[in-house]
Amino acid sequence: MKFTSLIAAAMLVAAPVAAQEIKIGIAAEAYPPFASPDAAGNWVGWEVDFINAVCAAGEMQCVITPVAWDGIIPSLTSGQIDAIMASMSITDERMETINFSDKYYNTPTVIIGTKGVEMAATPEGLAGKIIGVQGSTIHADYVEKYFAPTAAEVKIYQTQDEANQDLAAGRIDAVQADSIALDAFLATEAGATCCELKGAVADDPAILGKGVGAGVRKEDTELLAKINAAIAKVIADGTYDKITANYFASSIYGG
Amino acid sequence: MQGFWVPRRIVMAAIAVLIVGWCVATLNWTWLAEPKYQALLLQGVWNTIWILVVTMVLGMLLAIPLGLAQAAGPWWLSTPSSAFCGLIRGTPLLLQLWLLYYGLGSLFPSIPWIRQSDLWPILRQAWPYAVLALTLSVAGYSGEVMRGAFKGVPHGQLEAAKAMGMPRFTIFRRIWMPQAFQRVLPTLGGETVLTLKSTPLVATITVIDIYAVSSRIRQDTFVVYEPLLLLAVVYMAIAGLIVLLFRWLESRVPVKTA
Amino acid sequence: MISAGLMASTLDLLAWAPPGWGATLAEALGKSIMIAIGAFSLGLLIGIGGAYGKLYGGPVTRDLLGIYTTIVRAVPELILILILYFAFTSSINNLLLSWGFERIQISGFVAGIAVLGVVQGAYATEILRGAILSVPPGQIEAARAMGMPPLMLGWRVTFPQMLAAAIPGLANLWLIATKDTALLAVVGYAELTLVTRQAASTSKAFFTFFMAAGALYLAISIVSTLIFGRIEAWARRGQVRPGSR
Repeated sequence: MKFTSLIAAAMLVAAPVAAQEIKIGIAAEAYPPFASPDAAGNWVGWEVDFINAVCAAGEMQCVITPVAWDGIIPSLTSGQIDAIMASMSITDERMETINFSDKYYNTPTVIIGTKGVEMAATPEGLAGKIIGVQGSTIHADYVEKYFAPTAAEVKIYQTQDEANQDLAAGRIDAVQADSIALDAFLATEAGATCCELKGAVADDPAILGKGVGAGVRKEDTELLAKINAAIAKVIADGTYDKITANYFASSIYGG
Repeated sequence: MQGFWVPRRIVMAAIAVLIVGWCVATLNWTWLAEPKYQALLLQGVWNTIWILVVTMVLGMLLAIPLGLAQAAGPWWLSTPSSAFCGLIRGTPLLLQLWLLYYGLGSLFPSIPWIRQSDLWPILRQAWPYAVLALTLSVAGYSGEVMRGAFKGVPHGQLEAAKAMGMPRFTIFRRIWMPQAFQRVLPTLGGETVLTLKSTPLVATITVIDIYAVSSRIRQDTFVVYEPLLLLAVVYMAIAGLIVLLFRWLESRVPVKTA
Repeated sequence: MISAGLMASTLDLLAWAPPGWGATLAEALGKSIMIAIGAFSLGLLIGIGGAYGKLYGGPVTRDLLGIYTTIVRAVPELILILILYFAFTSSINNLLLSWGFERIQISGFVAGIAVLGVVQGAYATEILRGAILSVPPGQIEAARAMGMPPLMLGWRVTFPQMLAAAIPGLANLWLIATKDTALLAVVGYAELTLVTRQAASTSKAFFTFFMAAGALYLAISIVSTLIFGRIEAWARRGQVRPGSR
């Protein structure tokens, strides 16, 4: 009985503060250098710093809420989170379900693969190879369209880190993902010994999208306007460049 | 069947039909019409079923010696066996699966002779780890059940057989095993349904079972609930088939009453 | 940073303070246990109601409860968790919005307890039903004939006797509850298994962390088995032990 009253209390406590609090959903997985947990259980990385800057600029009370990547859009539409800021690319397909803010970064898409094995980031260059990719991403759609017909197999992972892990373990031959996330992997000891960059893939704006934006529910137009204004402010007042300088040698805002 | 279709059941069945009708009419099922997804779904069901059958058979084969060792073995056999069962039953299957796939999997490639061996093309795939983890799980849970079954066979029968000069293995094959098997048969169906219910975990290590197919469809189409509902129906159908199969098996095994 | 993690001895990774993950893992363990306790308690409440409904309820109640237990026992927990996790929260919010209230946020903690509690409830219903049936009907009839009020009858006659029969099943159910919390990793709730995976993938020390988490789960299981053994011995006090003459 004690615990039901505890649950009831938890719900009551949750209800009143929820009014001003904005839950920002990030993927509950290590996705360095954008967002990964440290040993103390805090989330750190470029995107975490950026989220904090945007929330400060928009005078919003934000709570970073990790949710499973493959359930992140349902979590938004069912109301467990209020916005997605998890390196999610703005695509027309996702726009049918949710709205996006203006983009806040845009980086090329690349292929990395086992060292010394000849391959290229083209359908012919990856023929007969096993390609790993994270599910529910633009990369999964891209690989499905361009590489799946000639590849030996396309393996779909729940997290990017698992795909990298299996590449290092030699279970797959190549991985396609965002260039910065893969650069970070290649800089690690495991990544440096096993793999190398094989090149950038040909652009397809319809699939690869128009950069990364914050996702919000269609009906939350007020929140969307607030986030857009805050992003513009963070970029205009130089905070954006300051955060970027802590992580990268050059700007990742992209064209 | 007489007595089942009383008026309240007819009303409930009508409500059920209405709910199903509402689901079909208002929810989004257009993705089911796509041949690509139909082929994937069939493949997923097939993978789920063969993984279930293979792991149940291998797991039971392991469970018999595990149960026997615990019921009648010397201490140096019974202690490790019961420790194994405790270990498997005391930790989540998801953790065991990830330990095998990511732990062992990251260890293997660093050992050159494994990577160069003929086994590597198989070891680099995901299904061996899925089969291994589920088999060990079945063995752990059923080993405990088999222990009880072996212990439940009346001791007098074994003593009588011994006194008649029956060789030890014949006693096991003709007297001990058949009676223990008869005792576990009713629980075996339940164990199989439990194993079926743990098969979707293999999707987390990239094995494409029916659950993985449904998450793929959910990710591609942004349809949230419908593939999950279909999934629930598929699992209920398979569970129903298992129950029927074991009921039929039980009816085939003669039950002797004293 | 990550290469430094590799250099460090694996035991340092489990140290209490950062760069060790000890405190974070302990916090996650606490969350897992709290959810297991919550789900088990909710499951017991549902189970008590369900068992009485199945035994003494009207025919419609009995059929509905039959449908509930059948579905829950045939569909994988993982799928029930996904369906309930999303459907439960969105339907509550839709209701609130349609009544003109603000959207409330249901924490992963509450949703996890609710979802696992519903699953546990189905099994608890069956266990308690069996336990109630194991009480000799003659005793209940005798108590009724003596004019004992139903509540007192439940407390003084049915409950003490069914307890002994129910405890092995409930102990098993509790172990299932602790292990099923691991499934919440799949919806991204930071319980022990997910935090373990995050720690393992950040530090690349897969064996260290998975083994450590395994040891923690095993410790829960061993301690619980001991406690439930004590409770069962207490509940069986005064009963004739099978085997003793």
